[in-house]
Amino acid sequence: MSNMQERRGQVIQGVTGDWEVVVGLEVHAQVASNAKLFSGAPTTFGAGPNENVSLVDAAMPGMLPVINQFCVEQAIRTGLGINAKINLKSVFDRKNYFYPDLPAGYQISQYKDPIVGEGVVTVDLADGQSVDIGIERLHLEQDAGKSTHEGDHSLVDLNRAGVALMEIVSKPDIRSSEEAAAYLQKLRAILRYLGTCDGNMEEGSLRADVNVSVRKSGDPFGTRCEIKNVNSIRFVAAAIDYEARRQVDLIEDGGEVDQETRLFDPNTGKTRTMRSKEDAHDYRYFPDPDLLPLEFDQSVVDEIARNLPELPDQKKARFIEELGLSAYDAGVLVSEKETADFFEEAAAGRDPKIVANWTTGELFAALNKSGQSLSDCNVSAKQLGALIDLIADDTISGRIAKDVFEIMFEKGGNPAEIVEERGLKQVTDTSEIEAIVDQVIANNPDKAAEVKTKPKAIGWFVGQVMQASGGKANPKAVNEILKRKLES
Amino acid sequence: MSNLTDLTMAEARDGLRAKDFSAVDLTKAHLEAIEGAGALNCFVTNTPDLALERAAQSDNRIGSGESGSMEGMPIAVKDLFCTRDVQTTASSHILQGFTPTYESTVSQNLIDDGAIMLGKTNLDEFAMGSSNETSYFEPVVNPWRREGDDTPLVPGGSSGGSSASVAARLCVGATGTDTGGSIRQPAAFTGIVGVKPTYGRCSRWGIVAFASSLDQAGPMTRTVRDAAIMLGSMASYDPKDSTSIDRDVPNYEAELGKDVRGLKIGIPTEYRVDGMDPEIEKLWSSGADWLRDAGAEIVDISLPHTKYALPAYYIIAPAEASSNLARYDGVKYGLRVSESDDDITELYEKTRAEGFGTEVKRRVLIGTYVLSAGYYDAYYIKAQKVRSLIAQDFTNVFDKVDAILTPTTPSAAFGIGDRTDDPISMYLNDVFTVTVNLAGLPGISIPAGLDANGLPLGLQLIGRAFDEQTLFRLGSVVEQAAAFKASPVNWWSAAS
Repeated sequence: MSNMQERRGQVIQGVTGDWEVVVGLEVHAQVASNAKLFSGAPTTFGAGPNENVSLVDAAMPGMLPVINQFCVEQAIRTGLGINAKINLKSVFDRKNYFYPDLPAGYQISQYKDPIVGEGVVTVDLADGQSVDIGIERLHLEQDAGKSTHEGDHSLVDLNRAGVALMEIVSKPDIRSSEEAAAYLQKLRAILRYLGTCDGNMEEGSLRADVNVSVRKSGDPFGTRCEIKNVNSIRFVAAAIDYEARRQVDLIEDGGEVDQETRLFDPNTGKTRTMRSKEDAHDYRYFPDPDLLPLEFDQSVVDEIARNLPELPDQKKARFIEELGLSAYDAGVLVSEKETADFFEEAAAGRDPKIVANWTTGELFAALNKSGQSLSDCNVSAKQLGALIDLIADDTISGRIAKDVFEIMFEKGGNPAEIVEERGLKQVTDTSEIEAIVDQVIANNPDKAAEVKTKPKAIGWFVGQVMQASGGKANPKAVNEILKRKLES
Repeated sequence: MSNLTDLTMAEARDGLRAKDFSAVDLTKAHLEAIEGAGALNCFVTNTPDLALERAAQSDNRIGSGESGSMEGMPIAVKDLFCTRDVQTTASSHILQGFTPTYESTVSQNLIDDGAIMLGKTNLDEFAMGSSNETSYFEPVVNPWRREGDDTPLVPGGSSGGSSASVAARLCVGATGTDTGGSIRQPAAFTGIVGVKPTYGRCSRWGIVAFASSLDQAGPMTRTVRDAAIMLGSMASYDPKDSTSIDRDVPNYEAELGKDVRGLKIGIPTEYRVDGMDPEIEKLWSSGADWLRDAGAEIVDISLPHTKYALPAYYIIAPAEASSNLARYDGVKYGLRVSESDDDITELYEKTRAEGFGTEVKRRVLIGTYVLSAGYYDAYYIKAQKVRSLIAQDFTNVFDKVDAILTPTTPSAAFGIGDRTDDPISMYLNDVFTVTVNLAGLPGISIPAGLDANGLPLGLQLIGRAFDEQTLFRLGSVVEQAAAFKASPVNWWSAAS
């Protein structure tokens, strides 16, 4: 683990001293695939109830599962993306329990022998530290259907039943809610870069079970509680904060943490008991006799590895080394695939640092302010690039560019057209600028005299001239002319 | 035309080709026989209209020279195979009224080759039983009776309706499934031929699952040749069954009459169990003599882990069954028992309490127990290790021999009700057959003689994986040497 020694975990202050938070995450990521894990039924989101259901999904008598090879490849791809060991032989097991949205009475999952073993995800924190979070395993399993309870009856929708999930289990390496959020963000970015999961938490494509325990520094792990099915990164952090505090208070009041399953209520920000350890199911796992062990050659893994896309860490390194970006900017730009793609498109053939500044500066600020995401904002990468070109070729000044950007962001449109329509073109005609300069000097003789002794005072004149030109004067030309006229 | 039902499949095929009779004639003759055999209780569902419709189509194909390998053959289908638009019950109350929208791969293969389904045969509930007495639809009665004794006997199980209907000449052949002996034991009890093919030879798709790692479909017929013809149709590679094996289906019929000289036949010491019926033992040595006379070499072999097979089987099969039967919960199809104010748990409990019979419940409980936390290693894992050792026993001896000869069952058919109070004595019926399922090998039971009471007894040949050919070749020798021509005296027409 890099930086583990110096690492500052989250500290919960109790009456008996400081407590350390220990967190492990089990992330359920829906595999991006057109068909389900063991049936040919489609996975399209938003279909009518029970439209995406095959005989296999409904567990009709005599129906048998057949593995979807594409989902297997997606799992391998993801395993490689989290630097994990790929197991050339893995086994599908049945996890047995009764529930109406689980038609067969068992879920096909992987228990003892998962397709992916140990790996690691490096997470960047806000203070510039980076920590390695160990991955315990990744396995493939089926999703269940959805039950809806209405008055005296319940409805079952099997559209999700049998959809492929990857369960990605971290080691208990996370020491704060911030790290948990950063880990989840990083994992989601990796999945999106790989194209193995769309990472859409609102649609349930990514959900997390959060294991939380507390201990005094140096003590062995405390008893953990599992908070089930948390469906946003913010809620994960909130659930950890609440749960850690609850456990510390409980222990310090002389109580004991019960190993149990809990639920997080986003409305109250609290967790509550869902199922105690005594009520835990005995899932009676055993190898599914309908499926042979899943085996493939190393060449399959090698082929997938060869075609792996550039991942966030690699991209960040390239942005720093080849494009000369700061580590911070590079980190921010690669954190979402969408952002990185936007930046790279805008930066093509331009000064990357300037494009990075515009992207992380003006664009991010505008997005934050409006609450929009990159995909639904008015400014395209091409348009931002074109705007930067207008600065580079002196068509407009940087200050005017900010106004143009604001218009682009608010109303949309091409920067060149906006500049043209609104007459924002920079004045580069020196005679025109000279006339303004002369006028400003004539109006302020005292200030002009001051420049002789205090050369810095020239800045005041630059401002006056720019203002008089309506911001359109080329600042370089203004500077040169002022220097010539005032310093000689 | 009353003798049309006495024809073997091969004879009926010749008669149809020669246009001695039509497929409709042949089907009608068998439908009449079925009508007169109600006392045997072979069928859960009769499909005479569908049969006649298909027979007419069959005659059209014969007329235009497009006959398939099973063209016009009136067969019965064990009610464990899902059949499109025809009720499929597994002889369980919980599936009563269930009508699939799909056809199992095996029954579809038979349809594609021209076979005509007469109806769905009775079986032990979910194929769990060795006597057909666990059926929700009442036991099947063996057409055979002891000489001078009208005690009703069991037809064996679980494919009891299939075995009885073939023996009673209600069909020319029937499908069975064999998880621990469910084809071979009833075949032996009714004096017919039954083949349990290599695991993966016939698709399991569309067959109601009992124990997935052991279940295998196979033919039940009156002659070895008929079994070869029918297996050729049933077997196929099926991408819809992940345990199906992609291998060409050989011409099994072509094996019949081929030389067996030089083939080595193993006689396993461990099958000579204590207190073995002397008649069975005598038949077994006759079988060895017949094969020796035909030029095969008889070799004593050892399968040392045989004695652990039955206990291992009765852990693995119930374990898988407990999970396979979880889907019958009253939510989606079949029986539902619930009061309006019941919650989901009460619905499950009432439906399964009423829907499953005693033997099924016993096995679901055993299976649930052996998979439970704390017991899994001691039972399930240990049984799997035993299973590997048993398979290894066979691998070792198949270096030295080409096939193995054993009795099919430790006794002839017994009386209905004789063993229902003692599950263990019932389970012992499978003692010679379960090893074959545990090892995934092919086995064939051939009627080889009658006991002192005039009841049929069978001999079993076990082969290497995917070497059904050798079994047909040797089976044909045993069949000819045994010259088993006996058939049950028809008492049931008068009784029906």
